[in-house]
Amino acid sequence: MTDDSKERTGTVLIVDDDPDYLAQMAFQFSSRGYRVLTADCRKDAEEILAVERPDFAILDLMMENTDDGFLLSYSLKKRYPDVPVVLVTAVTSETGYEFSEKLSASSWIRADSILSKPVRFEQVLGEIDRLAKNG
Amino acid sequence: MAEEASGRRFRVLVADDEEGMRLAVERALRGFTVTLDDTGETIGMDVVLVDSGEAAIAEIERSSPDIVLLDHKMGGMSGLEVLSWLEERDIDLLAVMITAYASIETAISATRKGAYDFLAKPFTPGELRVSLRQAVTHLAAIRKTRELEEEKRRVRFQFISVLAHELKAPLGAIEGYLYVLQDKNAVSDPAVYDRIVDRCQIRLVGMRKLIYDLLDLTRLESGSHRRALVECDLRDAVTTSIETMTPDADRRRISILREAPDGPVGLMADPSELGIILNNLISNAVKYNREGGSITVRLKDLPDQVVIAVSDTGIGMSEEELGKLFQEFTRIRNAKTKDILGSGLGLTILQKLAALYGGAVAVESTPDVGSTFTVNLMKGTTAV
Repeated sequence: MTDDSKERTGTVLIVDDDPDYLAQMAFQFSSRGYRVLTADCRKDAEEILAVERPDFAILDLMMENTDDGFLLSYSLKKRYPDVPVVLVTAVTSETGYEFSEKLSASSWIRADSILSKPVRFEQVLGEIDRLAKNG
Repeated sequence: MAEEASGRRFRVLVADDEEGMRLAVERALRGFTVTLDDTGETIGMDVVLVDSGEAAIAEIERSSPDIVLLDHKMGGMSGLEVLSWLEERDIDLLAVMITAYASIETAISATRKGAYDFLAKPFTPGELRVSLRQAVTHLAAIRKTRELEEEKRRVRFQFISVLAHELKAPLGAIEGYLYVLQDKNAVSDPAVYDRIVDRCQIRLVGMRKLIYDLLDLTRLESGSHRRALVECDLRDAVTTSIETMTPDADRRRISILREAPDGPVGLMADPSELGIILNNLISNAVKYNREGGSITVRLKDLPDQVVIAVSDTGIGMSEEELGKLFQEFTRIRNAKTKDILGSGLGLTILQKLAALYGGAVAVESTPDVGSTFTVNLMKGTTAV
């Protein structure tokens, strides 16, 4: 069952306004066999979501507006409730504010997981595997 | 009592073991206010009376008074002993000694212990108020200076935190790319490889630019920047700067025009400062222009000043963005600027340099039409 060498498949949506971070994540995922969709703002991401259902999404929290990630996550979950969403944010390392504690079933934050930047690709991948198993 | 309810009030503690003295002081200070010369602020008094040194200390610990009038000689703890107690604790208050004999020895030892002033018994209510007015004015000045220093420290700290963030960002990006490259088999596509190397270089160039801008700014702020003022013809400086910027402009098919009077536009100036001003203005006009756009550098020679106006046909800025423009490290972030590199210090440097010539930087902008940055430099100002 748990064969790590097995190529993962699926479509991942990555949204981040940092072009370098976006390129690195996209590269890492595609080199592991994923189909990658990218957007650098909420508007572009919404357009993609209107026509595509990704298998999971990795969203930056603060883009043009500080809450873009939350809003995007909210509309994604409304459209595709089963798609796991990982929010990635530098808020914690920059302000010390801990969002992950606020994640719960009743939370207004519609995301399955929140990771703090700087985040290693393996961390994101591990989180996605975990969410996939739980789902 | 006709006291103002609002406004700052200083708490004045009076420690004297003679009841008559305490009551006289209280009467003299009833309704007494001090109006500060520099700000016009009026400070009211709340007077607290105690009858011993021990009680004075208890009251200081309880209510942190601003000013304390201390009788030199009291049964039990003397005024000097209270002063010593204060000195050990570095408490923020002013002490005025009340002495029965204005002996020089008492004066010296009290001053050593940090007393601000003396009142020799007997004193008139007028003398008391004069002394207290001085003490209040002095304390208000000390506190204001301290607040300004704290504000300066806070701004400095904020500057350093933002700077650290701006320096960390390119490092993080490059680190991420190296991490990708570590997997030797992963990058088989030469186009991907080239893009990675390209981006690393771009981030390094940006980081170096930030460090250079920071050094320029530090030199300007510390005043260690040595100025060599010579008679300059601004037309030549503009031509040199346009030549410097032409390769960048050409890459994006942007033309740069110079509009200047026929005769020399003379100014006593430091050529390197003029270079930084003009390069800053023109490089911004290139960066924030559209592909195939144009830049016009206009020079105006007025009797008392020269005016440099640089207009571009670029993306422009909204009212809201204009409001944020002159903050340090502020880079206008939107979809149109996301690929434009900058340190966020250019305009701060520009402002500091313009100020050296008694001038200023102004901007007018219309979104998607373009911006005009205007710098005026006063001719007579050769202030350092």
